[in-house]
Amino acid sequence: MSMVTLTIDGQKVEAQEGQTILEVCRKNSIDIPTLCYHPALEPYGACRMCTVEVIRHGWSNLHTACTHPAWDGLEVKTNSPVVREARKTIVGLLLSRCPKVPVIQELALEYGVKEPPFAADNPDEKCILCGQCVRVCNDMVKAHVLNFSQRGVDRVVGPPFMEKTRQCIGCGACTIVCPTGAIEIVLEKSAVYAEKPLGPTSAIYVPSLQAVPRVPVIDTDSCIRFRQQDRTNGEIADACGACQMLCEVGAIDFTQKDEIIELDVGAVIVATGFAMWDPKKLSQYSYGKSPNIITGDQFERLSNAGGPTSGQILLADGRKPEKVAIIHCIGSRDHNAHEYCSRICCMYALKHAHLVRDKTGAEVFEFYMDMRTFGKGYEEFYERVQEEGVNMIRGRGAEVEVLPDGKLRVKGEDANLGRIVSANVDMVVLCTAIEAQPDADKIGALFGLSRSQDGFFAEAHPKLRPVETNTDGVFLAGCAQGPRDVPDTVAHAGAAASMALALMDKGEVVISPTTAKVTREKCVGCGDCIPVCPYTAIARVDGKAEINAALCKGCGTCVATCPSGAIEALHFTDEQLVAQIEGVLAWV
Amino acid sequence: MGVEGFEPKIVAFMCNWCTYAGADNAGVARMESPANILPIRVMCSGRVSPEAVMRAFRAGADGVLVMGCHIGDCHYSAGNHRTIKRMPLLRNLLSYVGVNPERMELVWVSAAEAPRFVQVTKAFTQKIKELGPLAQEVTE
Repeated sequence: MSMVTLTIDGQKVEAQEGQTILEVCRKNSIDIPTLCYHPALEPYGACRMCTVEVIRHGWSNLHTACTHPAWDGLEVKTNSPVVREARKTIVGLLLSRCPKVPVIQELALEYGVKEPPFAADNPDEKCILCGQCVRVCNDMVKAHVLNFSQRGVDRVVGPPFMEKTRQCIGCGACTIVCPTGAIEIVLEKSAVYAEKPLGPTSAIYVPSLQAVPRVPVIDTDSCIRFRQQDRTNGEIADACGACQMLCEVGAIDFTQKDEIIELDVGAVIVATGFAMWDPKKLSQYSYGKSPNIITGDQFERLSNAGGPTSGQILLADGRKPEKVAIIHCIGSRDHNAHEYCSRICCMYALKHAHLVRDKTGAEVFEFYMDMRTFGKGYEEFYERVQEEGVNMIRGRGAEVEVLPDGKLRVKGEDANLGRIVSANVDMVVLCTAIEAQPDADKIGALFGLSRSQDGFFAEAHPKLRPVETNTDGVFLAGCAQGPRDVPDTVAHAGAAASMALALMDKGEVVISPTTAKVTREKCVGCGDCIPVCPYTAIARVDGKAEINAALCKGCGTCVATCPSGAIEALHFTDEQLVAQIEGVLAWV
Repeated sequence: MGVEGFEPKIVAFMCNWCTYAGADNAGVARMESPANILPIRVMCSGRVSPEAVMRAFRAGADGVLVMGCHIGDCHYSAGNHRTIKRMPLLRNLLSYVGVNPERMELVWVSAAEAPRFVQVTKAFTQKIKELGPLAQEVTE
């Protein structure tokens, strides 16, 4: 594309042919006020705020910068007295229409308009008829809901006949582009975001501040493009795409699909993590009956600076809580749920208590059975939280009741006082158990891993081989093996990684000597052993069975199957077994 | 038919990966299991040939337990499938030679099921106690 040179405010500026004056100015950090401009939409020239003085062949003219092409040799003045005077008139007219809109008030102040020159027909009017919402709804979303209706002074923006329409997908694009805040989306109960109030707040987002690699992902449930594709069975396949249009490095590719990559590896580390236990399974805690009963996980999201409230700890109605109860061991150490201790909850519950005290000053009631602060520096933190004035109640929180006024009553036994206590609070945080992933059985079957009674993967030995499994070359890391906190997980994962490296670094694999062996003289070549071998280690060679020692794992199923007793399991031969049997029976 | 003060001898074939580990865990957890159980470790319950069971009876066992991984949990994918197919035939053979087939049992105990190991071995020991010594049964 050829380049053109133009003069803006006395400066020579290079631009690509085809760009508008506004685009060139934005690129060179020259400020031009706009209301109806959006980089992803066709320029429209509706608000006239971007009016500039364009001088060509000595003739000066006023044009909107958003629609005027950047021609070669053009001279542009963005802040000359003529421009300022024109903008003053424009902003005065806008202010007369919408006297209460902050953006226009600010612009008016900037251009010296103190009072609206004309009285407003409707002082609460917010819409300046810039048409951004119309353009985004038709060109980008392709939902074709919003448009202009009526003419002249009666002109308005809205859906057909100004009625609620099913064509609207509730994407909210119009509210985002509207410069004056004239459009509001009223979320109905069944609306898109109702189910995940603490979830992503935008269709494209970085999963977490610590995400690796730190790249944004598209939530296909919220993304306008994918929603329109789903809704119309692919008929509208090119809706929106604003992110693709605006991404300067062209990193967005909507055609990307999940792909299956096959790799040959020398070792596998199973680090599939854990799942959160669903507190709805114990109905006495009323989870789901009030938006102010949340899990520890949700609290974490709530208090996160990148979260929905920018880190403020607020109730569902936006108030600050005055009293908060934190209940430990929800689903852990409980014969009705998981019998094991989830290990991480005590510490994060104390952290949550600290955050509540720190951010809101609310009174905190902490219902705990035993405080398990076993790690380095943990006990000190416990003492610090106690000093911050958190009410520690020793005893399991037994019940949460939603009172008619929306408050929550937490009941429990205070074992130190020996009586039942209750507290009326605004917010309840349930420290739910962590449990094995729901599909752990499938992963287990895939790698031949056994699972311990709690559902987590079993290590080869509880004390001496904590990262190895009974399958050679498969190691465990982190909560896949059992509940553990971050420092323990890092240590465990480091051990797993070095075990895997040690295995591969050796360059050769030592296999167990317990393999099966065929005595050729005894073998009649019936082939019964071949189908029973789970490792296809047996083949018929010259009419007799032969075992590949590298493939054989020594289970001995072929030994028990062989009708002529031609196969022995080394280290578990028939003679050895019989000697053992006779030995143990003779001894007693 | 139980005999007063009779302590049966029970040979238990345990697969290395599940039951043997489960029995080990029961010990680590200080659970009490009957001393009548005489463990013989095999790599897989599929290794337990009918012959081995018959030999155990011949050598003087009053009962035989064959213990392995639950179906689907086998360390060797499907070794215990072979075991479960074999056992009904073996029971027929036992009754044919005059041994009550109740004296042999096939049970699955995983490495995680230390309490189950204790419960199963206790129950089986009790059953054999009630059945009485094998020698008595065979001579009858």
